[in-house]
Amino acid sequence: MANETVKSTDTNSVQPLKFALWLIIISIIMMFAAFTSAYIVRRAEGNWLEFDLPNILLINTIVIVLSSVSMQLAHNAAKHNNLKQLKVMLVVTLVLGAAFLVGQWEGWSELVQNNVYFGGRGSNPSGSFLYVLTGVHGFHLITGLIFLAITFLSSLKYKVHSKNMLRIQLCTTYWHFLGGLWLYLYIFLRINH
Amino acid sequence: MSSTDISINHDVNHAHEEHDHHHDQNFIEKYIFSQDHKVIAKQFLFTGIAWAFIGGFLSVLFRLQLGWPEATFTFLEPILGGWVENGKLNPEFYLALVTMHGTIMVFFVLTAGLSGTFSNFLIPLQIGARDMASGFMNMLSYWIFFISSIILFTSLFLETGPAAGGWTVYPPLSALPQAIEGSKGGMTMWLISMALFIVSQLLGGVNYITTVINLRTKGMAMTKLPLTIWAFFLTAILGLLAFPVLFSAALLLIFDRSFGTSFFLSDIYIAGEALSNTGGSPILFQHLFWFLGHPEVYIVIMPAFGIVSEVIATNSRKPIFGYRAMIGSLIGISVLSFVVWAHHMFVTGMNPFLGSVFMFLTLIIAVPSAVKVFNWIATLWRGNIRFTSAMMFAVGFVSLFISGGLTGIILGNSALDIQLHDTYFVVAHFHLVMGAAAFFGMFAGVYHWFPKMFGRLMDDKLGFVHFWLTFVSVYLVFMPMHYIGIAGFPRRYYAWTGFEAFNIFSDMNTFISISAILGFTAQFVFLFNFIYSIFRGRRSSANPWHSNTLEWTTPVLPGHGNWPGEIPTVYRWPYDYSKPGAADDYIPQDVPFSKTQSSNLPQERDFE
Repeated sequence: MANETVKSTDTNSVQPLKFALWLIIISIIMMFAAFTSAYIVRRAEGNWLEFDLPNILLINTIVIVLSSVSMQLAHNAAKHNNLKQLKVMLVVTLVLGAAFLVGQWEGWSELVQNNVYFGGRGSNPSGSFLYVLTGVHGFHLITGLIFLAITFLSSLKYKVHSKNMLRIQLCTTYWHFLGGLWLYLYIFLRINH
Repeated sequence: MSSTDISINHDVNHAHEEHDHHHDQNFIEKYIFSQDHKVIAKQFLFTGIAWAFIGGFLSVLFRLQLGWPEATFTFLEPILGGWVENGKLNPEFYLALVTMHGTIMVFFVLTAGLSGTFSNFLIPLQIGARDMASGFMNMLSYWIFFISSIILFTSLFLETGPAAGGWTVYPPLSALPQAIEGSKGGMTMWLISMALFIVSQLLGGVNYITTVINLRTKGMAMTKLPLTIWAFFLTAILGLLAFPVLFSAALLLIFDRSFGTSFFLSDIYIAGEALSNTGGSPILFQHLFWFLGHPEVYIVIMPAFGIVSEVIATNSRKPIFGYRAMIGSLIGISVLSFVVWAHHMFVTGMNPFLGSVFMFLTLIIAVPSAVKVFNWIATLWRGNIRFTSAMMFAVGFVSLFISGGLTGIILGNSALDIQLHDTYFVVAHFHLVMGAAAFFGMFAGVYHWFPKMFGRLMDDKLGFVHFWLTFVSVYLVFMPMHYIGIAGFPRRYYAWTGFEAFNIFSDMNTFISISAILGFTAQFVFLFNFIYSIFRGRRSSANPWHSNTLEWTTPVLPGHGNWPGEIPTVYRWPYDYSKPGAADDYIPQDVPFSKTQSSNLPQERDFE
């Protein structure tokens, strides 16, 4: 649609959609700030089940950091019109992102095997919080994967290149944010466990 | 091959040049799934008005019960059906009425109806933009709000009734379906509706902030923005920071209700049977809720601040007193709004030291609020006042804000709050300071910008009738409530007839109820005036109030893209009213200094 984004004559400003994405990121940060501060407050009150974090979370952390690297490489490739590398790197990022999600799922299975449940009899908020933090992050990661897939499809149609960077820039920002968010959550969980 | 797609970026950036060719939109694109900010604003306004009447009607229903606790209401059976048993209102339905009244008024009328209408309508028009940054997101914002409205409205007709745990939905009451009828399906729908509402608010807020930051016309510095825009801008920031936290709280509550987690539940016995939930903390919910809940009251009142500042300056024919102080106090209130939430929780057993910290921070809010009130009064002082309907409501707003604000200082004291917490004193306080006051701001806005929305003027005589009836009945309702509150009446009680001590106040409760019905009836004067004027009102000129802001430089009914030609350039602040030496008593923002040499101040000569 031509009237989807109407821009004023002033061209010095930041691209409105980039700005909007940052605002969306702020709102997601506020959500996790609420979860993690609730976690701290609740933990300080006692009656808190202590358990070991699933080991696979460390592997997942490495996977998502690698996916951020490949995302950045895809971005740089687009910038230099290296379209083949762009597509390869986008696929790599997609695969790593999916692998991260599978890994998180495995983490949940490991928790269940250790009798740490999300809800029901025998569950404790300490376990439930872990499920919520990973689950809500996972949900956002799925939205990130959808965005990635859209970017990949448009790269197949030659719509991502040095003169058309907006989509991949937005995608890269969002993906780095999701990676950074997970790093924060992982470190947070390590410290408060 | 890399150049195949460049054209897409081009027509995004140059859409405004094509706006004349967009008139072949069909009905659905133009009026239903419209991406035009003016149409979306009207959609929010109409939905908000519909909700306001529903919310007001619910309050009349529970005022009937409170005013005449011994009476039988068989005449309500055709409307309420099974909720009236043998002429008596069902006590649980009473709680549902209170809950839905609060939810509807706070969120659906005074947040979506107020911000949604005026931020959408005024931001692009007053900053000189063709439209919002993303028309699509804006449209999505309205339609998600609409779906959320439908869900909440449907919950009114559930057999077990809508949510009944209070608009604050504290667990465990709201978390356990076996606790109260309203915590069954009604509460589930409340939570779904609220989650969608939050998404809608975030989409809207992201758009408002982006538009204000990025799409201002040439010359429109942040320090030349009308105070309305400053208010909407800061409101959107508050929403962006506060609503996600409510979303988190709602999500955890959903898990507690439907997935058996225990975030807010612990050691609960129902009918002698222990629940399996352990380890949760209901206080945690209150912290999360009020971290949103307190900024929310400023989300409600700040757009009214902005509208009132603009209306008072225009109709006093004077520059707003202390423009920068007004901005500063808005920013001050915004910052403080995030560090005072625990004053809603003084009696939850919190550490008294913590209580005094929150008390201190709460009382500081009186400072920026007083700055604003002082500036409004100083703007009125010796002004050339024109009593339009909008102006009446703006002045009425200042009155209500003072009366309600004073009791805020009392309630902010953690010691006094022990006596007053959850009494009608609180009800009186917040209804005056953010309920009625925000409504008055909204009315001022509707009367003032009606000509820009519909090209016609609302009737002033009916406006006065509406104003005086509303103003008088608001005070008649809420002033006596202070006494009842000090006497110790708790909120949310179905009847006090069981308590001998409270019987002496039954006449006063009847009086309040009569006043409330009067106030509700008066709103039909507004409704008639509003609908009649859309079709038959006096035709307006392009700038009927001789106002300075940019929206009045558009045609009477601005089309898609707002200005037919170039967007005007801004040269001056929006409050050059009655400037000494000027030909007229107003100089619009797009008049360059070179054309007003007779009135330029020494420091403005440089810009000539």
